[in-house]
Amino acid sequence: MSSIRLFFVGGLISFRALFSWLSPWIYIPSLLIAPIFQILLFVNLGRAADVGSDSFYLVGNAIQYIAIPCLFGIANTIAGERFTSTLGIILASPARRIPLFLGRALPTLANGWIVALFGLSVGSLLLGVQVPGSAWPKIMLIALVAAASCTGLGMLNAAVALRVRETSVLSNITFGILLIFCGVNVPLEMLPDWMAHISSVLPLTHAIEAARAVVAGADLGTVGSLLAKEALIGTVFCVLGLVALRFLEDQSRRTASLDRM
Amino acid sequence: MTRRSPLLAVPRFLIVAWWIQIKIIATSAFDGFLQVVWPLFFATSAFLVYRVSPDPDVMVYAALGASMMGVWSAIATTASSALQRERFGGTLELMVSSPTPFALTLIPITGAMASLGLYSMGATLLWGWLVFDIPLHIASPVAFVACVLLSIISVSMVGFMLSVTVVRYRTAWALGNVLEYPGWLLCGFLVPLSMFPDWVAGVSRVLPPTWAVQAIRESANGESPWVSLGICAALGLAYGIVAAVLSENILRSARRQATLSLT
Repeated sequence: MSSIRLFFVGGLISFRALFSWLSPWIYIPSLLIAPIFQILLFVNLGRAADVGSDSFYLVGNAIQYIAIPCLFGIANTIAGERFTSTLGIILASPARRIPLFLGRALPTLANGWIVALFGLSVGSLLLGVQVPGSAWPKIMLIALVAAASCTGLGMLNAAVALRVRETSVLSNITFGILLIFCGVNVPLEMLPDWMAHISSVLPLTHAIEAARAVVAGADLGTVGSLLAKEALIGTVFCVLGLVALRFLEDQSRRTASLDRM
Repeated sequence: MTRRSPLLAVPRFLIVAWWIQIKIIATSAFDGFLQVVWPLFFATSAFLVYRVSPDPDVMVYAALGASMMGVWSAIATTASSALQRERFGGTLELMVSSPTPFALTLIPITGAMASLGLYSMGATLLWGWLVFDIPLHIASPVAFVACVLLSIISVSMVGFMLSVTVVRYRTAWALGNVLEYPGWLLCGFLVPLSMFPDWVAGVSRVLPPTWAVQAIRESANGESPWVSLGICAALGLAYGIVAAVLSENILRSARRQATLSLT
């Protein structure tokens, strides 16, 4: 019972307390306006180069922007605890680690899902991209899987935040890697082979491919295998993140580096 | 104690303060690394898209434009939070109360940030050359260097105005972040302005980076860049003057209402 409470209540409280971006003065520019401009940038780039359709860039960038709330959201729950000098207290508590950290991931996941759907819906209206009404429920499901998968990567990012002070730099670099490798603006078949191989084990790659197929009219059964791969990748990253959190927590205790600012 | 002539004191102050700011920025290797790498992610995406084109000049166009992205990022994202950083460090009140005009204390701060943009610019051109085989042939090297330097100064004036405008905005860094993409788009770094509606192109033409990148491209292609560079410098000067006037008014208001520290 206490684990369930820790998961839901603890997760929500820590997210509200530590993810300072929930202030409208930060949320609106950073998570609602910025993705629209990222979409517009690459749509216009595609038009100038005469490569790809508006829909291609819209879907790719809207889904990829999930990375910002998911990577920063979880990392902030560690960096924020350190900043407010509560990290040591949290880690000294007997609370079970899995519900403690997974609970923090849940609101982050929901936030990433909202950001992706906002980018897709507003972007499609601005650009006049026709997304069939029947595609929206499937897109909502794909965005949910993508957000969960990216939150898994965020767990690993959060673990590194136990030892690395500059969590925002780390999150930005991970975001950039996903931008280049996940077929966001360049079809996977146009990437060099070594990049395409890496992209196949990164979160978002398969979700972006699935979302593009659904917008083009595919049904859920057609993209089922892509969604399964995306979910599997997210789960692997999440497990890796939880293991890394445990390992780096022990390391931080041993080296007394928990509260190092 | 001897007093320095103002003619010497101002340049000395600007150089010393600029150098101190460079050293402050350089204390975080992570931040410095991100400053260079961040625009490279977007430049790489642009190169991967543009390399489909059979015209090799398109890649040169993209490389020169992408190189300015780092300058804009250094200005838009960091200048907006420059005063927030001083506030956080407890030095904003000291800067305001010092006998040196406040506007003058801001120029080296935004200038140092723009200088980091120069570093990013070089890295982007080098990246394009090494990874994408984009030729770095500059037809008029002297004009090119002049264009780059004057462009940096002009763009830093935009940063100067941004930093002043948002001095009373607690989350100014978020505003700076959101200006990054529109700047890249509107200033024609990667996309020709002819693709935009007239009103958007009109907005672009009052932004110094638009003329800066045009001058840089002209000097690289062997065309005369001086008209574009002149407009860029004039706009930069105008931004600087407006920012200086604004800084005095905003500061006076902040001091009267005791809102400078925003605590």
